[in-house]
Amino acid sequence: MRWGLWKLGQSIPRRLAHGNNKAVACRYFASDAELKKTVLYDFHVANGGKMVPFAGWSMPIQYKDSIMDSTLNCRENGSLFDVSHMCGLSLKGKDSVPFLEKLVIADVAGLAPGTGSLTVFTNEKGGAIDDSVITKVKDDHIYLVVNAGCRDKDLAHIEEHMKAFKAKGGDVSWHIHDERSLLALQGPLAAPVLQHLTKEDLSKMYFGEFRVLDINGVQCFLTRTGYTGEDGFEISIPSESAVDLAKAILEKSEGKIRLTGLGARDSLRLEAGLCLYGNDLEQHITPIEAGLTWAIGKRRRAEGGFLGADVILKQLEEGPKIRRVGFFSSGPPPRSHSEIQDEGGNNIGEVSSGGFSPCLKKNIAIGYVKSGLHKAGTKVKIIIRGKSNEGVVTKMPFVPTKYYKPS
Amino acid sequence: MALRMWASSTANALKLSSVSRPHLLPPFSFSRCLSSVLDGLKYADSHEWVKHEGSVATIGITDHAQDHLGEVVYVELPEPGGTVSKKSGFGAVESVKATSDINSPISGEIVEVNKKLTETPGLVNSSPYEDGWMIKVKPSDPSELDSLMGPKEYTKFCEEEDASH
Repeated sequence: MRWGLWKLGQSIPRRLAHGNNKAVACRYFASDAELKKTVLYDFHVANGGKMVPFAGWSMPIQYKDSIMDSTLNCRENGSLFDVSHMCGLSLKGKDSVPFLEKLVIADVAGLAPGTGSLTVFTNEKGGAIDDSVITKVKDDHIYLVVNAGCRDKDLAHIEEHMKAFKAKGGDVSWHIHDERSLLALQGPLAAPVLQHLTKEDLSKMYFGEFRVLDINGVQCFLTRTGYTGEDGFEISIPSESAVDLAKAILEKSEGKIRLTGLGARDSLRLEAGLCLYGNDLEQHITPIEAGLTWAIGKRRRAEGGFLGADVILKQLEEGPKIRRVGFFSSGPPPRSHSEIQDEGGNNIGEVSSGGFSPCLKKNIAIGYVKSGLHKAGTKVKIIIRGKSNEGVVTKMPFVPTKYYKPS
Repeated sequence: MALRMWASSTANALKLSSVSRPHLLPPFSFSRCLSSVLDGLKYADSHEWVKHEGSVATIGITDHAQDHLGEVVYVELPEPGGTVSKKSGFGAVESVKATSDINSPISGEIVEVNKKLTETPGLVNSSPYEDGWMIKVKPSDPSELDSLMGPKEYTKFCEEEDASH
């Protein structure tokens, strides 16, 4: 039996030849030495964090709690995640909205100040460069967070288009928040516990909303959002105060909110039916195919104006050829790239991510199938290690979401 | 049995010690070094154990292995009557996040498979050396066992492997 790098949702490299084992170990070690560290690194290690390479960073995949228990506890009580490896930035200038609308599918102009949305950066072919949560702070200030693994290409993409935009007289500039850290506080106890640490009334702040406010005596950017399906917050805080805030949150929750790693985070987002960039979203997959049509504002469906709009609007009109769907299955948990067949044994698609659901106690997966075979209830076969396993298409989320919305 | 109890109580005592002096060592790494290793078994460098009794050898994965894996949610095993070859894979273990091959430490014919693991894969975590056994094999060449590690050697191997990661 071999194990090595954790690759969320993917099989560990298998059948390493014994003769190469030491070389492989050396490679892992060298890789570890070059990894970036968040300011919470020592705090993680001191709290039993099992650190693994992730998107160029050394991140905790789990702590003393098992991944299973951490996932369950997030939904019952709450979790605190370090997501400082993700990249936060601000766009400023009177033309920041029209600039960003060239790059993403969201109706940024239609966002009320203090609100945000999940969106997708597209390439010229309508494929996803990255997904991102964008927030309009004011009409001339957009705050956004992009995935760690996409940071370099996203920043290069934005910079390239910003140069061209400014050359034509556009007023936009940016700041990358590398001096800040990002914590994600998720679960039913997130709001009650955070309320203890701030004077602002959090019951008046709804899902997708943004505030600049003092938390634990430090000015933070607070977004009511997350990637777990739970109610919760993402807190951007000056890095020098991040450890103190983490400690304060854990202390205020009297041990019920637990430090939680990337392993559980991946299970949570999978249970919530959310895309993982690199698995469920890639450069060749459009938002339509990914089931993110809802994220394209109405005005933008009419007007376009973003990269790849011609491809996307055509797919809106004609329907895409493939669609992202959820699956339940028997046998081994499906993993990324498992083949999907119809009941006659014909290839109809591929799993993009999957695993065992701690909440449901059964296998779940996300994958892409040919349009027409995407309806809930469609029976499929999922091929794992050459064997065929029963599966069925299902709607997502697998576990109901609990976003805090006006009732 | 006595040795197992000794290992367990020592592990517990040392864990208490690590709690009182947490600065000495990250708790996670420390507890990993204390995964139990039983006398009377042979061990492979791919973290399987073998217990040879009479004409049959029982095979499973070690406590160290299950500790690294986390909760096992599925165990894939072959059918009785098939054969296994030394160092080749005969099955797979699935945890919440990953899949790992299981290699056979010896060659032979599979005479029995632990069907309980189909319904209760967690036995591999809770009882890796007893209820969590995987296959029983009639060895084709018992001398293959001689090249496997004893408990002391395996303990040292695990410590060195963990230290290098």
